[in-house]
Amino acid sequence: MKLSPEQLREVALLARLRLTSQEEARLSADLDSILRYMDKLNQPNTENVDPFKHMITGINAFREDRVTNPPDPELVLANAPDRDGTFFKVPKIIE
Amino acid sequence: MSLAQLTLHEAAEKLRQREFTAVELTDAVYRRIAEIEPRVCAYLTLARDAALEEAARADEILKTNRGGGPLLGIPIAIKDNFLTKGLRTTCASKILGDFIPPYDATVIAKIRSAGAVIVGKTNLDEFAMGSSAENSAFFPTRNPWKLERIPGGSSGGSAAAVAADECIAALGTDTGGSIRQPAACCGVVGLKPTYGRVSRYGIVAFASSMDQVGPITKNVRDSALVLEAIAGHDPADSTSADSNAPRYSEMLTGAIGKIRVGVPKEYFVSGMEAEVEDKVRKAIGDLEKRGARIEEISLPHTEYAVAVYYIVATAEASSNLARYDGMRYGYRADARDLLETYTLSRAAGFGAEVKRRIMLGTYVLSAGYYDAYYLKAQKVRTLIKQDFEEAFKHCDLIVTPTAPTTAFRLGEKIEDPLQMYLSDIYTISVNLAGLPALSLPCGFDHDGMPIGMQLIGKPFDEATILRVAHLYEQSTLWHKQKPRIEN
Repeated sequence: MKLSPEQLREVALLARLRLTSQEEARLSADLDSILRYMDKLNQPNTENVDPFKHMITGINAFREDRVTNPPDPELVLANAPDRDGTFFKVPKIIE
Repeated sequence: MSLAQLTLHEAAEKLRQREFTAVELTDAVYRRIAEIEPRVCAYLTLARDAALEEAARADEILKTNRGGGPLLGIPIAIKDNFLTKGLRTTCASKILGDFIPPYDATVIAKIRSAGAVIVGKTNLDEFAMGSSAENSAFFPTRNPWKLERIPGGSSGGSAAAVAADECIAALGTDTGGSIRQPAACCGVVGLKPTYGRVSRYGIVAFASSMDQVGPITKNVRDSALVLEAIAGHDPADSTSADSNAPRYSEMLTGAIGKIRVGVPKEYFVSGMEAEVEDKVRKAIGDLEKRGARIEEISLPHTEYAVAVYYIVATAEASSNLARYDGMRYGYRADARDLLETYTLSRAAGFGAEVKRRIMLGTYVLSAGYYDAYYLKAQKVRTLIKQDFEEAFKHCDLIVTPTAPTTAFRLGEKIEDPLQMYLSDIYTISVNLAGLPALSLPCGFDHDGMPIGMQLIGKPFDEATILRVAHLYEQSTLWHKQKPRIEN
């Protein structure tokens, strides 16, 4: 197996995903076969090849920092799972 | 004949001649939807009331000055990963819940100001991750040609809606073939423009170095008309190209001169259905008869494209999808602390394929594996891009099949992610290299399922592939055939 069960759980924590044991078993098998397929990337010679960085070859795109979408708190908060007045209400962050 | 069967340019002309009104056209589309949508399942959300109001407004403009562009009063379907102000946007995911966007994507604002009528939001693989539309968290879409077949993906709802006349034209997105492969599966025309040609502002991000927006239409002229309307620089998208888009529809002259068509030998190898190869080769022969010069070319790193793509795309997706944390919008699980809020919300909100890709992307970016997978993939991506640069020294466009098979059966590949990934084998190199490409119908297999041919162009040269596609289309009747939807 390319990923041990411990590695899989470590990756899931990095990805902020709680997996069931069923999901772990399935993902372990799937990722194994996918990563084995990826091994073919060891075939081409990439010595002296620069990694691809960006499709856009132009210079940075600068523009004036002007407000074009004035804030509308009601519209933005309309999708909030929880709110308090004009604030998003979130779980406690500092112990 | 129902008005819903019209192409965009036919409908636009008849609206201008006052043969019927935009309200009548829109009404015809909703009558078609009422008749067949329970079987096709192309839409996640319909916007009938707003659409009829938009149509009435278009009629006012049509009445007064006979002006306006070709999109005025035209019913258009939108893939459900475009933000539409006030209209639910789900990405076919449970994690977005009943998200109501507070603003329009730039392309939506553009087609709205052109007077288009938004019919509704179409089904897709969750977050555009898939090749069959089966990864939708809600329901799978069916192929109008045969309901037990997939419509392709991820823009499966948009392609099925166009093929079944549940709209006049549609918009989709394409990160690895998500416009072209469903277009091929459903027998319609799908165009992925050059990276940077169309703004992505307000499109839900999947893999930002490859995502592009494009039209799915009933023929090539319609594709050119929609591209004209949505292309161009957008200050809100720093990756959009700072160059004006030409009037593509005026370039469909029927003349292609001594154009050089490259046929990559690596694309005609084992794994392709014999009937697909046969029909694409016949189409290449037709182009030759019309004056094109056919050149065999080589894209030597083709066989690595799927591996490169599923490293790069999942890496970018794992980062883009980190925003779904249950804080400001979308689903939030009941939990004891902050970490658990994240892990439980995401566990319940994302489907199996999205989780698989987030896991793969997180792994290939993680310490100790970054060089072996991500960095290596980006090096091979450079080689794939160079293959095309070299090939385009010898030809003006490249012709290939769009997909190795016609539409497969629902359920056939859903248990085997790698097999599903390999159905993108002919489309993903184009995204890795940022090129424009178009799929159009070039025949049917023995089961009556459509076959697609892909034309790949040089960067920002959509005009050439549209011109050649249009010439081919003029000499065939494939695009005129309509599915008879089973009961």
